[in-house]
Amino acid sequence: MTLDQTKPGQVFVIRTIDDPHARLAAIRFGIAEGARAACQTVLPGGPVVVRKGKQEMALGRNLAHRITVELVEG
Amino acid sequence: MTQANCHGSSAAAEVPSQTRRVVLVGNPNVGKSAVFHGLTGVYVEVSNYPGTTVDIASGRMGDVGIFDTPGVYGVSAFNDEERVARDMIVQADAIVNVVDAAHLDRDLFLTLQIIDMGFPVVVALNLMDEAKANGMEIDVERLSAELGVEVIPTVAVRGEGLAELKAAISRTRRGIPTPEVAARLPEDLSPADGVLWLEDDPATCERLGRPGPGLREEVYRARRQRADEIAERVIRETNSGASLSTRLGRLTLHPLGGLVVLAGFLFLMYQVLGVWVAQDVVGVTEEIWMGEYYVPWISGLVARLINPESFLGQILIGEFGLLSMTVAYLLGLLLPLVLGFYLFLSLAEDSGYLPRIAVLVDRLMTKVGLNGRAIIPTILGFGCVTMATVTTRLMGTQRERTIATFLLSLAIPCSAQLAVITVMLAPLGPAYIITFIVLLLLVYGVTGMLLNRVMPGDSSDLLIDLPPLRLPRIKNVLQKTYLKTKGFISEAWMYFAGGALLISVMDQTGALAALANVLAPITEGWLGLPREAAQAFIMGFVRRDFGAAGLYDLALTPHQAMVALVTITLFTPCIASILIMFKERGKRQAAAMWAGDVALAILLGGILNRILIW
Repeated sequence: MTLDQTKPGQVFVIRTIDDPHARLAAIRFGIAEGARAACQTVLPGGPVVVRKGKQEMALGRNLAHRITVELVEG
Repeated sequence: MTQANCHGSSAAAEVPSQTRRVVLVGNPNVGKSAVFHGLTGVYVEVSNYPGTTVDIASGRMGDVGIFDTPGVYGVSAFNDEERVARDMIVQADAIVNVVDAAHLDRDLFLTLQIIDMGFPVVVALNLMDEAKANGMEIDVERLSAELGVEVIPTVAVRGEGLAELKAAISRTRRGIPTPEVAARLPEDLSPADGVLWLEDDPATCERLGRPGPGLREEVYRARRQRADEIAERVIRETNSGASLSTRLGRLTLHPLGGLVVLAGFLFLMYQVLGVWVAQDVVGVTEEIWMGEYYVPWISGLVARLINPESFLGQILIGEFGLLSMTVAYLLGLLLPLVLGFYLFLSLAEDSGYLPRIAVLVDRLMTKVGLNGRAIIPTILGFGCVTMATVTTRLMGTQRERTIATFLLSLAIPCSAQLAVITVMLAPLGPAYIITFIVLLLLVYGVTGMLLNRVMPGDSSDLLIDLPPLRLPRIKNVLQKTYLKTKGFISEAWMYFAGGALLISVMDQTGALAALANVLAPITEGWLGLPREAAQAFIMGFVRRDFGAAGLYDLALTPHQAMVALVTITLFTPCIASILIMFKERGKRQAAAMWAGDVALAILLGGILNRILIW
């Protein structure tokens, strides 16, 4: 599934990020492919807020749609 | 590579001065400036990095020069801040890497990158109190062993650990580079140049005259993996409870709660700036201090030396007098409002609330072809459109920069102009204020949506890090407010005085009346305003606020005031913004934007006049 389909509280592993610039930025933030993260909030029609450890990051809806994730629980 | 050396890397060879340059490097919001002030004490110089809006602070610690850099997530060239940080890092003799203990895994990427670049480093493990409050324990010795450099735990805002850090600065050493990176470094380059080249840094590749190997992502991945492994080995979570700031942070992004908080923030801003400062404070500073004391005093003083009716007398203390009106507007009207605005902006910045606003408005901003980050230049635009135009550089694509620049020049009134607008609209009541806001939002939205429709290409997506919410430090907020206000006023007064002079001379020579007559069909016929309003529009070319100030003096009906204010707001940005627009967007695009501003302002002003009559 893609990141924009996740619901608050769901935990997942990021599989692919289909955007070269976002991929590099995500590696630096620490939320790269292979990282385990959780969906914190989804703003209706808007960005998805993702949390990894204490780190929170917001991704625009379109970008979230180009990121595939695999649910691990929730 | 493995040899420890306190006396600088080869990349620092270009530094002319003999003093040792110690550069502070860290991610945004890790308390770097608190560390900086702790190391340097009172004597700090803040200067603008050439060609950017980035301010750099420098100071001394004994015979060592300490340089602060903008917060970055890595050494590269994704935006202005990063370019400035990169250029300062490559000239460093040693680096103090300030790390957020509560976000150690994120921050270690930068730490490892600096270590890979071969710089002598000491790590300040800051915000230890926050890490503890979040239930984290960090094995400092283990971290130091993993990195191969000293790690000093600090709570910089309380001065904890700073004495140890100062002592450690003389013992900085090169750390253990990431093996996958070290193995790929070309032998003929310094490690700093080598790493930047490996990561395809455009400026470095150009300087070296050899194209990058295209390995950036691979290098980044190797470093990220090592950072995560180190973090895993040194961090122990004692509990997973969320602190108050974390819970508050979540509330600010809650789909409903977030909007309530945002509405509260905007309402507070309106109450303070629009009601208290614009009416009560300005009522005292402008009407009493300036109007009753200063202006009569200076007019009396000048009148003793020069005939007030003479040419010079009019220029100094006449209707647009350099010593009377200019000073009264600048200090009585602008200063309190600009000060209030920057106070709010600094609070929003330092508390970590600003990026949350970006998340909340992202959905709306994508409709006008921008993403939530565009809220930053937009809010800055309410302070100073010129400065905001420069910060459009933080947007991902040229397309977004064009849209943002045009919308700024068209529909965002700067603080100086807002000051006059607020003072004129406030007495007319909330209905007028709301109409004005709705009209500007409409122009902003419709123009943005049209541009988004017709402009080729795609805009970039929102991707931001959300710093924890913190109680801002009053000292930092006040210092920032002071510096920004000072910067604004010291630039604004020249244009303000220049505009006053121009109008005075035109007035005295009869040019103003002649021009007002030529423009009469537009001002009187189309916009339904008094003929003299043309003066305000002419002044508007010099500074927008100055144009609005010109309207302030005319006796306008509420209906006319509305038309005049909407028109002058849309009309044209000040000369400084126009110059920056030309510099940033090129001649053709900037000229088109400027013409668009003027044409749209007159067109929409006239239509509004018709609608209001009807």
